[in-house]
Order: sequence, then structure tokens, then C-alpha cells
Amino acid sequence: MRIDVNAFLGAYPYRPVPGTAPEAICRAMDRTGIDEAWVSYLPGVFWHVPTDGNERLYETTKTEPRLKPVPAVHPGLPGWEAWLGEAADRGAPAVRCDPGHYGLDPVGPEMRVLAAACSAARMPLMLAVRLEDARQRHPNDRAPELPAAAVRALVRADADLRLVVTHADRAFVEEVHFGSTPDEAARVWWDITWLWGPPEDHLPTLVAALGAERFVFGTGQPLRLPEASVAKLELLEVAADARAAIESGNARLGLAA
Amino acid sequence: MLVDVHAHFYHARTPRADWRERNTSRLRAGDRIGITTHVASILGTWGQSSPTYFPSTADVQTGNDALLGLIHEHRTKIRGYVTVNPNYTAHALGEITRCLAAGMIGIKLAASRRANDRLLDPVCELARERGVPVLHHVWQHRRRDWPGQEASDAVELVALARRHPAVAFILAHIGGGGEWGHSLAAVRDVANVYVDLSGSGVDSGMLEACVDEVGVERLLWGCDLTMDTGWAKLRYLERLLAPGALAQVQWQNAARIFPRGAFSSD
Repeated sequence: MRIDVNAFLGAYPYRPVPGTAPEAICRAMDRTGIDEAWVSYLPGVFWHVPTDGNERLYETTKTEPRLKPVPAVHPGLPGWEAWLGEAADRGAPAVRCDPGHYGLDPVGPEMRVLAAACSAARMPLMLAVRLEDARQRHPNDRAPELPAAAVRALVRADADLRLVVTHADRAFVEEVHFGSTPDEAARVWWDITWLWGPPEDHLPTLVAALGAERFVFGTGQPLRLPEASVAKLELLEVAADARAAIESGNARLGLAA
Repeated sequence: MLVDVHAHFYHARTPRADWRERNTSRLRAGDRIGITTHVASILGTWGQSSPTYFPSTADVQTGNDALLGLIHEHRTKIRGYVTVNPNYTAHALGEITRCLAAGMIGIKLAASRRANDRLLDPVCELARERGVPVLHHVWQHRRRDWPGQEASDAVELVALARRHPAVAFILAHIGGGGEWGHSLAAVRDVANVYVDLSGSGVDSGMLEACVDEVGVERLLWGCDLTMDTGWAKLRYLERLLAPGALAQVQWQNAARIFPRGAFSSD
């Protein structure tokens, strides 16, 4: 069983990306042995009202049961709480918020209220550190990356908040993990998309230091080839149960708890 | 047969205390991926006693010696590029002569001097005389100077390649960061520039663009530091390309531009 917690549907504004339609995502999943993908609506990240993409996301995922919706929530918009409630009603495994793209302070009052609301709703909150390598961003793609300090602040802001952080590199993960208490760190799950796999030692070192239970399989598809995350896990020398936990167990059990 | 045209190894005088373990893990990963030959370079002391991209002559020599040691130790697996700092012309030419004589098969130019600088001409002239390719570090569409390196982009490499049409140039790591579309457009019509597919970048559409813009006959498979992403791109290419075209990218193009006999069965 392999669950990709970090996938998208829809076009990217800064370059043509092939395979953004649901059927193309499913073909890529077949190709790489991915059974389930948690998908966000990519164009919405860049919209004034990101939640305008949620209905499209729900419609799509309704017809393709292998895709699970991760709808957007923008805590600076009037009535945003309804989107959180709807996410729970629709069985979303998480909601996402991209404060840098929304023009929000990542540790400002809106985000703190969102953290509390997600906690109360027992809904994991997904945050992306970045969507693109800083070296290749479009000149007008100026949204700030999510700072590690913001993750530390949010996980401290509410004792029951669970975070899924995508596209973080090794230094980011280490800074947050070792800058948190064990109880705080145990409420953060890290997607492996942006971590260097073996033979470089980033992923092996992190798994050894933090424990396999802190990591979830993600790909960033269709912006990135999903083969990359499959390859890094195959090269990772860990016990079968640890591999299974990363591939699906942590997403199914840890995050769903 | 699978040739990684952009490999790296470490040695004792680098910042990595675990250098031996890293080298072993790279070879082990290579076996898992099916790499038959790692064509490697070592950039001096990787920053320990002079900057990675501006290595001193002493460190250049230390790195090349370490690589020669690895080649000697792993004769069937590792081949090498001579790394040089072209700011020291006489040393660079001497080092190329020494290391090619010792069995290296190419020249590595990193980011000590811009690719279009005339100072690179003697190095390229020697590459032509000796019939070896030049692997050149490239920042895909460099919009400004970045600290720690005098990086070149594809337009600058093309200027060098046009001055030396008999030399094969390898544009390094198309997936190594930056706007790869800019590089592909720059090298599209430059027959003596080959594109190495290495780098941590695994953008969807990049490999298709490489095939469309440059053609499979000028693509070279490679990993750079992140062998997991190299493997990912190889797996994707296995579905994208017909077997004949895939073989070109996997090793045949490399066998064509490196000296005859550089790889065990070419």
C-alpha cells in the first residue's frame, strides 16, 4: 500500500506541466505503484479566493475514489470556518493553507485561529514549505517560503494540532524537530518529496534520528516525477515495517488518529 | 550498459568525515541502479582548504589524485574527469596532461571562470588535441551572480562551444536548478553541446523537453550527487523512449564522445 499525501490537480501558472488532469494523475499512480493520492487543487493556491477551487476538487475526487481531497482553507476570508466544516463532512484527510501565497503572516492571528480550529475539528493542517526550487522560480513568483519558525510557532500554538509539512529539506526538518518538545514533534509529519534520498544521507539520517513514524510518502506530482520518491524509498535501507509506515501506515494511522 | 556521466566521490581531505562510507554507498546504489561506469570528478577538497568552485592548485591536484586512486581501486566501475581551475593556465594544462596519461577520460570545468572567457581556450584546445569531452558546470539561466561560484549558463557555454566546434561539451545537470527551458533553447542548434540529465530536479515535462529540443542523440544520462533522482529519471525514460533511443541516452552517446575504449564493452 502506498499513499501519496502530496499531489495536485490542475495547471501550474508558471510553466506548462504535463499530466495535471485526474486521469493523468491516476495513470502516473498506476505507473509508480501508488494506491491513493491526497490531492490539492493547484490553481487555487494562486487565487484571491483559494477555496473557489474546492468544489472542483470535491467533484473530481467523488468520481475517482483513489484521489482524496485536500481542500484549501484561507483563514483571512469571511466565513472560512464553513470550508473547514465541509472538509470534515466530505471526508478530507487534511486541509491545506498556503499563507505565503495568500499574503498572510504565517504566524499571524489568522493562522493561529486556523490552527485552533483545525485542532478542534481534529483535522490535520497541511503546509507546503515551497512548491518550486528557489533557483528556478519565475521572476514574478515571489511568495515567501514557509519559515521553519512558523511551523514551530503553530505546533506550539495548540496542543492538539497535527501538521503535515510538505517540500521541506533536511535542515528545515531538523530545525523544527529539535526545536520542539517531544510532544510537539510527535504532531508533525514530514513528506519526503524534498528530502535527498540515498546514497546521500539526508533521508537515512532523518529517519534514524526522528523515527520512521514521522515521515509520510509524498511526491509533489504532477509538478515532479513521482518516480523520485519511489526511488529514494527503494534505496533507503530500513526495516520492512519502517518502510511500510512511511509508505502508508503513518498516513492511515498516525494522521487519521 | 549504463554510464553515469556526472558522478562525484569524496576523499579524506574533504569536510565529510564519513567520506569512505559515502563512496561505498554511492557504489552500492550504483549497483542497485545498474550503473556500469561512474564517470566522476572531485572538485579539489570540496571546500575544506579552498572553495569548491575556486579550488587552489594544490587542492585541484589533491582531488585529482584521490580520483586516480579510486579509479585504480575500482578499475571497471569508475572513470574520471580531470578537474582544473582555468585561472591557473599552466597548472591546468599540466594537470590535464598528467591525469589523461594516468587514465582519465575527460575534463571537468566547474565555476572558477565564466565559460565564454578566453582563458578557457587553451584548455579546450588541449581537449581537442586529446579527443576528450569537457563537462562544464552550468547554472540553468543564471540571472545574477551567486555567491561561491562564477557560474556559467548555457548561452556562455554555447559561445565556448562555437569557438571549439571539434570538442564535445557536456552541459552539466539540466536538472540541477534554474530554468532548464532556457538552456535547452540555447543549445538546441549547437551540435557539439550534449546535455547531461543529472541533478536533483525531477520536473515533469523536463525530459520530454530535452528529447524534443535537443534530441536523444545528444542526451547523456547521469546522476550528480542525488542518485535517487537519476534513477527516477532513468525509470521514466524507460517508458518514454523506444529501446534504441534509450540505449543512446544510457551509454551509446557517451561511448561516442569519450575516447574509444573508455567503457568496458564499447
